[in-house]
Amino acid sequence: MVFLAEGTLRKSFFEVFGLPRKLAVDPAELQRRFYALAREHHPDFHQSAPPTERARVEATSALVNAAYRTLRDPIARVDYLVRLEEGRETREGDAGRPTAPPALLQEMFEIQEALAEAKTGALDDATRATLAEQRVALRTRLAGEEARVTGPLSARWDAATPAERPAVLAAFKEGLATRAYLRTVIDDLTQALGEDDVAEREDKSVAHRRH
Amino acid sequence: MTSPSERTRVSRIVGIDLGTTNSLVAYVDEATGLPRVIPGAEDRPLLPSVVAFTPDGIVVGYAARRQLARRPADTVYSVKRLMGRGFEDVKDEARYLPFRILPGEGLVKLAVGGREVTPPEVSAAILKALKERAERHFGGAVDKAVVTVPAYFNDAQRQATKDAGRIAGLDVVRIVNEPTAASLAYGLHRLSEGIIAVYDLGGGTFDVSILRVKDGVFEVLATNGDTHLGGDDFDRVLALWLLEDIAVRHHAELDRDCVDLAHDPEAMQELRLAAEAAKIRLSSEERTTLTIPFAGFTYRRDITRAELERLVEPLVVRTLGPARRALADAGLTPADIDQVVLVGGSTRVPLVRRRVQGVFGKTPHSQLNPDEVVALGAAVQAHILAGGITDMLLLDVTPLSLGIESLGGIVNVLIPRNTTIPTSAREMFTTSVDGQTLVDLHVVQGERELAKDCRSLGRFELRIDPMPAGMPKIEVTFLIDANGILQVGAKEQRSGKTASIEVKPTYGLNEAEVERMIEDSFTYAEADVETRMLIEARNEADTVLVHAARALRQGAHLVGADERTSIESAVAALRAARAGDDRGRIHEATTAVNRATEHLAEVLMDAALKGALGSRRAAEILKDQ
Repeated sequence: MVFLAEGTLRKSFFEVFGLPRKLAVDPAELQRRFYALAREHHPDFHQSAPPTERARVEATSALVNAAYRTLRDPIARVDYLVRLEEGRETREGDAGRPTAPPALLQEMFEIQEALAEAKTGALDDATRATLAEQRVALRTRLAGEEARVTGPLSARWDAATPAERPAVLAAFKEGLATRAYLRTVIDDLTQALGEDDVAEREDKSVAHRRH
Repeated sequence: MTSPSERTRVSRIVGIDLGTTNSLVAYVDEATGLPRVIPGAEDRPLLPSVVAFTPDGIVVGYAARRQLARRPADTVYSVKRLMGRGFEDVKDEARYLPFRILPGEGLVKLAVGGREVTPPEVSAAILKALKERAERHFGGAVDKAVVTVPAYFNDAQRQATKDAGRIAGLDVVRIVNEPTAASLAYGLHRLSEGIIAVYDLGGGTFDVSILRVKDGVFEVLATNGDTHLGGDDFDRVLALWLLEDIAVRHHAELDRDCVDLAHDPEAMQELRLAAEAAKIRLSSEERTTLTIPFAGFTYRRDITRAELERLVEPLVVRTLGPARRALADAGLTPADIDQVVLVGGSTRVPLVRRRVQGVFGKTPHSQLNPDEVVALGAAVQAHILAGGITDMLLLDVTPLSLGIESLGGIVNVLIPRNTTIPTSAREMFTTSVDGQTLVDLHVVQGERELAKDCRSLGRFELRIDPMPAGMPKIEVTFLIDANGILQVGAKEQRSGKTASIEVKPTYGLNEAEVERMIEDSFTYAEADVETRMLIEARNEADTVLVHAARALRQGAHLVGADERTSIESAVAALRAARAGDDRGRIHEATTAVNRATEHLAEVLMDAALKGALGSRRAAEILKDQ
């Protein structure tokens, strides 16, 4: 274990790729720039450098990789932009469950009730069917929310004047919070229904699990 | 891009495939630019990953493998499956292993050859044998290596591999994932651009990786696997099935002799080795015959490929879930895959090929020898690191999510699985009590929500100056380096002081232990080359003595009394020499016995052939051929 080199680069992910702080990113161009940067900074090509230089290269390479991972994913891109604008690049240590956005509270009430019930005992077929239906509806809603955030809302950010930006940021935060909440509820429903994702389900037919 | 003349050349780096069953060492030939495996004695490329702890010292490779059935308790095989693991992880499997695994906390310990050793020390013996092989080939020191590991190896397993290198006197300059290494070997000239799936089923581990190959960049998109699944398991299910069959067919003999094969390590090793051999034959034949001589009876039966397939099917099916998950993580469907490459000896099993084809919908191929391709790829990566190749770049990923345990035992994921490495994450921590000087972080790896269900990597204790609660701002940086190994650094933001970190690895060796093992290995190494040659001389003497005794038994009456006496005295001299430590003397005495029995052997051969071939002397017949 070594301590990370002093002077770790503090460039924003957008700056790393020489891109403006905009959400419209051409994936092919991003990949091209990523490969070029990766070649320049990968530890493989600096093996004979002195240790301090190698540590710097490693940190730069890590930054380039993290930047690519974040910017190539439209949702992660928005999430990062919000944190960047608010000056909290480093996430606070918090693994709490997302709370329901006020707008969703009312309609989620029914689902939460059913979930609470599911936790106490076995599900009857009718409740199962209802929960499954609700999950389908929530997934549609989640897809819609993601499309709104990465589509029109992202376009609005790119076109916004500095004065308009705070409002767009607030809309992003609300959209991301809704998304996080929907995902949690969908996970809970999946758990209550006793299912995992497709691959997990196949695994269960087999005696051994990885963990 | 750097031109050849300005390249800064690092000293020679070899590529090593440290396998569960076999290990290899390779390098890139400067003249051709192609990777080559360095063969060992008798020109054999593989080194069986078997280490025998004999009273005379450590023996590695074929010589050790020959000891498997004779000295099962002191001969370690498949040690890779124990790397970076705790007793609890392996205790189920330990029942089938003929050597003793000691119960206890932390890293697994083995009791072999009258001492305690850890899996990294056993692996170090294998690495050292490969290092010596390379040194003999180059006629000079080799002290740097790229070593491959299963892509799905966790931090502790990677660290254990690095430790093994250090103990063997090798600087492991890079840990490379096996499927990725294989893709590099293919990439040199046989791989077109596109999306490739590498399915790697070895002796003890399974990996699947999805890569995008474009403009010389080998970008791993996703990887998955099972570090406890491989050909060893195929052998075991077959051996257990045979054991039941023997119990049914030979219960009379077993009862008569009061034999319990399951608790007889020698017999179980014979059974395992016979099962392995039959499995291999059934990859090319539809049916084979097993013959296993036990004390008191010989077991013989035919087995068909269909019977073997029925037994191993559940194991093969276990590889399909990870394959689908890797595809899903890469955001791809089978239709997106351009090529499927097979790696690892176990992919020779026809059922495996059929199932892989079923998952990816493409005929898999394996133009490069699946036993050698990983070592060749390691050599390519070594050549890249040495500055010999500048147009290929490997971008690998971390196979498992990295997180820290937060309130309620929930994992807070900092670095998700399949993130390109090196990668880092920064996290802020503070204190909850006034004057608190210690912050304890529990780092885990895995995909489960609760820390207790994930793999514990270790505890990091941050020491800071006392301040009111909530005042300190400790920034902790988690860096996963290009080896897939975690490095942690911390800094208190207000004071700007580096916080001291004490690391307590859950399943690892601390610095002092590694140092001691390096010293130990020197002590043993002094004797190693010499003892190995002594052991080999003794083995040869044994073989010659057995032959001489048989020849005397069968043909003493065919030669004169003088000749008989000279043979007997040569045999007695060899027995005496064998009891001593003088290798030269054993060698001379062995040659003397060979010379003394030459004529008798000829006479015996003659007698044996006489009936069928009339009066021509056997020696003449042999000459004719």
